[in-house]
Amino acid sequence: MELQSIWFFLWGLLWAIFFLTDGFDFGIGILYPFAGKTDRDKRVMLNAKGPLWDGNEVWLITAGGVTFAAFPKVYATMFSSLYTPLMLILFALIFRGVAMHFRGKIESPGWKKTWDTLIFIGSFLPALLFGVAFANIFAGIPFDNQGLYHGNTLKLLNPYGLLGGVLFVLLFMLHGANWMTIKATGELQERFAKIAAQTWMVLVPVAVAFLIASFFATRLYDNYIKSQGLFLVIVLAVAALFLTRYFNAKEAWFKAWFASALTIAGCTFFGIFGLFPALFPSSMNPAWNLTAFNASSSPLTLKIMLVVVAIFIPIVIAYQSWAYHLFKDPVSDEDLDMDEAY
Amino acid sequence: MDPVFLSRLQFAAATMFHFLFVPLTLGLSILIAYMETRYAWSGDKNYLRMTKFWGKLFLINFALGVVTGITLEFQFGTNWSRYSEYVGDVFGSLLAIEASAAFFLESTFIGIWIFGWKKISAKAHAVVMWLVALAGNFSAVWILIANGFMQHPVGYDIRNGRAELTDFLAVVTNKHGLLEIVHVVPAALLLGAFFIMGISAYHLLRKQHTEIFLKSFRIGLVVGLVTSLFTAFTGDMHGINVSKTQPAKLAAMESHWETGAQAPIVMFAIPDETQEKNRIEIGSIPGLLSFLGFHDFNAEVIGLKDIPKQDRPPVFPTFIGFRTMVGLGTLFILLMIYGWVRRDKLLESPNFLKIMLWSIPLPYIAMEMGWVVSEVGRQPWIVYNLMRTSDAASPIAGTQVLISLVAFILVYGLLGAVGFYLMAKSVKEGPGAATA
Repeated sequence: MELQSIWFFLWGLLWAIFFLTDGFDFGIGILYPFAGKTDRDKRVMLNAKGPLWDGNEVWLITAGGVTFAAFPKVYATMFSSLYTPLMLILFALIFRGVAMHFRGKIESPGWKKTWDTLIFIGSFLPALLFGVAFANIFAGIPFDNQGLYHGNTLKLLNPYGLLGGVLFVLLFMLHGANWMTIKATGELQERFAKIAAQTWMVLVPVAVAFLIASFFATRLYDNYIKSQGLFLVIVLAVAALFLTRYFNAKEAWFKAWFASALTIAGCTFFGIFGLFPALFPSSMNPAWNLTAFNASSSPLTLKIMLVVVAIFIPIVIAYQSWAYHLFKDPVSDEDLDMDEAY
Repeated sequence: MDPVFLSRLQFAAATMFHFLFVPLTLGLSILIAYMETRYAWSGDKNYLRMTKFWGKLFLINFALGVVTGITLEFQFGTNWSRYSEYVGDVFGSLLAIEASAAFFLESTFIGIWIFGWKKISAKAHAVVMWLVALAGNFSAVWILIANGFMQHPVGYDIRNGRAELTDFLAVVTNKHGLLEIVHVVPAALLLGAFFIMGISAYHLLRKQHTEIFLKSFRIGLVVGLVTSLFTAFTGDMHGINVSKTQPAKLAAMESHWETGAQAPIVMFAIPDETQEKNRIEIGSIPGLLSFLGFHDFNAEVIGLKDIPKQDRPPVFPTFIGFRTMVGLGTLFILLMIYGWVRRDKLLESPNFLKIMLWSIPLPYIAMEMGWVVSEVGRQPWIVYNLMRTSDAASPIAGTQVLISLVAFILVYGLLGAVGFYLMAKSVKEGPGAATA
């Protein structure tokens, strides 16, 4: 495989890992005002992701950085075209991060309520907008051969874009609920098991609708029709989706979470395989698509960066796995009593 | 509205705000790691209380530093897309390496540090803090290497209408970048030391928790003394390099208009950029600029008049910024020498303690001013002698940038106020009991 193709799939992989790690953080934040009935519930939810979310968020930074390094033209055109939604995501992430750290610093209902609202917005908005943005990318973005953007932000909220947004929100809710079944105990754990099952019921028709709508709104299926082996990724995503429900019913919480992680990875790669070789297709003229071949860095940069990620990404995965292992047990009263707890 | 001007304002506001938190993160993390190491290997509970007290302040600061840093990485794409396209082949990889080799380590282990007190042994916990501290500083190294490329681009060729990497090693060992590292990283440690001494002084003046704060103050004093001298030393090296590679910046730093040998330094002046001279000049020392810039009293220093107008940086902020930084740097050395003399009589030196308390903001000002000298002094270039800032912005509407700029100012202003309030509250509460 050429260097540029390898980088295309690495790029996709980094987004997939970001969605399947920080995805459950977003999901917990979305469920937060509804599932967290008491202050203790809320704190269990925050402390369930507390030790891990910071590291999860860096997958976004890395996905962004790698876009910059390997496909500078894509980085430039994508982020300047999607200026407003990206700014909204960044501000939301600022609020989420600060809210997690600051909420517990002062014992006052008004103080906590303010940060609670920001935790929800800071999780819901990025989940929705990432979905909207990627669905629009799948469908193509109106930019010309100079990288000039001819659309407007509100047009991103077209039916297919919104369907993508809803799909992401539901996927993350399911994934977050699954994580909470690992980290909560007793009645709270049962509550999240139920939420996961209910979310799943809504998610399935939305996912099916998205797969069908993609056929009409995008050209993603062109690649699938050309090389039919690719349909395997859709089969795997759907299988993982059904497995997560199965493991949820079996009360195999970790497996259920792992399956929802696979579902998210499968959904991401459904788009990535369909897009290839375009990273940022133009809806104005397919000849203006930014692809792995016309928008990449020089071979030398791609080679050096390949060595860098080949060394560091496995190391990162190793120590992050250790962190997950360290914090695999349910949040206990002792954890909540710690000075440093959220 | 001009999107270039607005994007510059936005980047400046976002960077300078981010840079209020970064130096403390860099400096304090090392000092806390040292304290925790003392605890973990000696079992001395005072060091545990110190770790916890300074750790609490560290984490408030850290939260703001991280969230304000994320926006910066994306602003190169949102607001400076022409720049990103033109130099991304070189510059992008440095940011990507920063994220994958350093920022990941810092962010993952900070979670373990915060929540892992009972999950791992005291010694392992101290090692985790060292990883956080080293990773944070390693992050800074990559960012400064990236900035070094903007200041003094090396290791590239213009091919396919853009700057393409030809020599990665040259980029990483760029002298400008290395000099920034040995100047900025110890300066951050100095800021951390002043932070610790200032807050310790607050409690020592009230004669409370004296054991903990005397220990903390003395750690700060040793580190402050060494780093204030070292930062000045590397600043001088940096200055000589700038004299050679960025003559326009040097001339602006000194508001030096006429080319000539035995160039003087003026203590203070008000630059007049339209008339190309200084309106007021106080305390001119002949030959000193030649000496400081080139270590030779007779060296010729190019004046601003011999630099085409369109290639001159804004003189006023560069000149004032440089004077403020150097003046404060000198003050830090004097304060540290005096503090060293009084190190065993700190409790009997209330005036010195008061000065140290009120000195907390000074290293912040010095560092921000250093950044102004470095970045404003590089103008009108975004990459020195390679790409102009005016050619670098995204082709986007000014109103879009105006809205995000206003949002940045409001949100950052609010967060800054909340962060300051929370830190002040933690400082007043003082250290808690000794529990791991």
